[in-house]
Amino acid sequence: MEMYKIVVPGDFLSRDVKRAGEGTYVEDGCVYAHLYGILDEKDEIKVVALSGKYVPRRGDVVIGRIVDFSFPYWVVDIASPYKALLHVAEVAEEGERIEMSRMHEYLDIDDLIVAKVKSVDASMRVELSLMKEFRVRRGDRLIEISHTKIPRIIGRHGSMIKMLKERSGCFIFIAKNGRIWIKGREDAVDVVSEAILMIANEAHTSGLTDRVARMLDTFRFQRRIFRKQGAAGVKERTEGREVGGYGSVGSDMRESESKSESESENESKSECESESGSGRVGEGGERLV
Amino acid sequence: MKKKGVQLIKDGRRIDGRAFDELRPIRIEVGVLKRADGSCYFELGENKVIAAVYGPRELHPRHIQDAKRAIIQYRYNMAPFSVDERKRPGPDRRSIEISKVSREALEPVIMTEFYPRTTIDVFVEVLQSDAGTRTAGINAASVALADAGIPMRDLVTSVAVGKVDGEIVLDLNAYEDNYGEADMPIAMIVRKNKITMMQMDGKMTKDEIKKALKLAKKACEKIYQLQREALIAKYSEEIEREEQSDEQSAQWLKV
Repeated sequence: MEMYKIVVPGDFLSRDVKRAGEGTYVEDGCVYAHLYGILDEKDEIKVVALSGKYVPRRGDVVIGRIVDFSFPYWVVDIASPYKALLHVAEVAEEGERIEMSRMHEYLDIDDLIVAKVKSVDASMRVELSLMKEFRVRRGDRLIEISHTKIPRIIGRHGSMIKMLKERSGCFIFIAKNGRIWIKGREDAVDVVSEAILMIANEAHTSGLTDRVARMLDTFRFQRRIFRKQGAAGVKERTEGREVGGYGSVGSDMRESESKSESESENESKSECESESGSGRVGEGGERLV
Repeated sequence: MKKKGVQLIKDGRRIDGRAFDELRPIRIEVGVLKRADGSCYFELGENKVIAAVYGPRELHPRHIQDAKRAIIQYRYNMAPFSVDERKRPGPDRRSIEISKVSREALEPVIMTEFYPRTTIDVFVEVLQSDAGTRTAGINAASVALADAGIPMRDLVTSVAVGKVDGEIVLDLNAYEDNYGEADMPIAMIVRKNKITMMQMDGKMTKDEIKKALKLAKKACEKIYQLQREALIAKYSEEIEREEQSDEQSAQWLKV
């Protein structure tokens, strides 16, 4: 298993100036870290940050939330220090004109969209263009993690995300700005969100793929048991036990969002879930039968 | 500098039993606040400070934005209960000055050009004070900034030196600060040997200052190591914790 080396700003990394990559700076012929993160020396010398804010770059696909109208633009929050703008022409059909007063009919405040960063200028004015399928339905799950953890959720050559999708049967869409859109069976969505939060929390550790695999398999394993036991067995198990409201919501977008908006709350949740987990999955099993 | 007649050094030892070049015990914890983007708890003897970093984030009002770089806002604040006699809450002349010099101590290392038009907010709260809170605050803020993932050329380290009973001593406590002859807080970039903050209250000769600076440099190297270790420990601790949860989930599997 590979061990990660953590570096802090100002750490000397190398004299090989040509290989200096992201998260580093060169001074007097030496490469130093300018971030607190994991050192990666595979081809370039890079420091992969463990925290930090998302800064939009041209071509990034992001999930944004409409926060304001400023004709002829929508103002979009993209989980970054910078707000983005979406022009009405992005939504309009050929030759159609959208009046200011009717903007909310197309996209209203709090609507979620999938968009591509069209341009970022020197003064950090960000413009978006919509993707083909841009509407994130209310009722689907949206979770928000630090954008620095996104590469880990995708995994090497997409291995992690492939596994998450295959074993849960969910639709998972990962945006560059750290927002993840999950669609599927409620209990499966729960497990996927839990798995993603686990990956985000433990992004700097090794052997993560195996642990996630085990977690997803446990879920499937439990489901099979409940199917065998039948309705009666399930009732026995769930009766007299307070099953937290966690799995039963999710139909309302805002609610599921507020749940995940603060990673901190989720952290504490996923911490205690190792004990309460069987009860929760049991609930899913009940619906299965 | 203030009152005379208190003996601060006895048999080559200081009033709290330390040697002249001895620091008070230091404890650093990283990531203590969940809401903040970066945070650090710093203990220097009886001093207890907590630093929280937010940002880079949107800056309002817009006219104070800088189109080329992020601005840094630093707020040093003492809790009313941090000193013997209740401190009237809110900013006063002293804390406004400390906020300014502390900000300027950190500015040279922060790569603000990465985040134009934004602000990076640093809050330093002093929970308990025993002289040297501004140095503790700078140390904490520097670690908290790194924890927030803010690009920095280096960490900043800070320590106070001073003159007590004619001797140059390191890291004065409240008693020595009140009854000694001089107190000189210093912040520096250890690796480059550059000073980013230097203040002095009291009087010292040129030679004494030279000697004091040498002492401060040595102490900063030590503190710098502790800052580094604390940052690295944040993630190694999490590795351990997570091994525990692995065991837990293994048990869960057995059920």
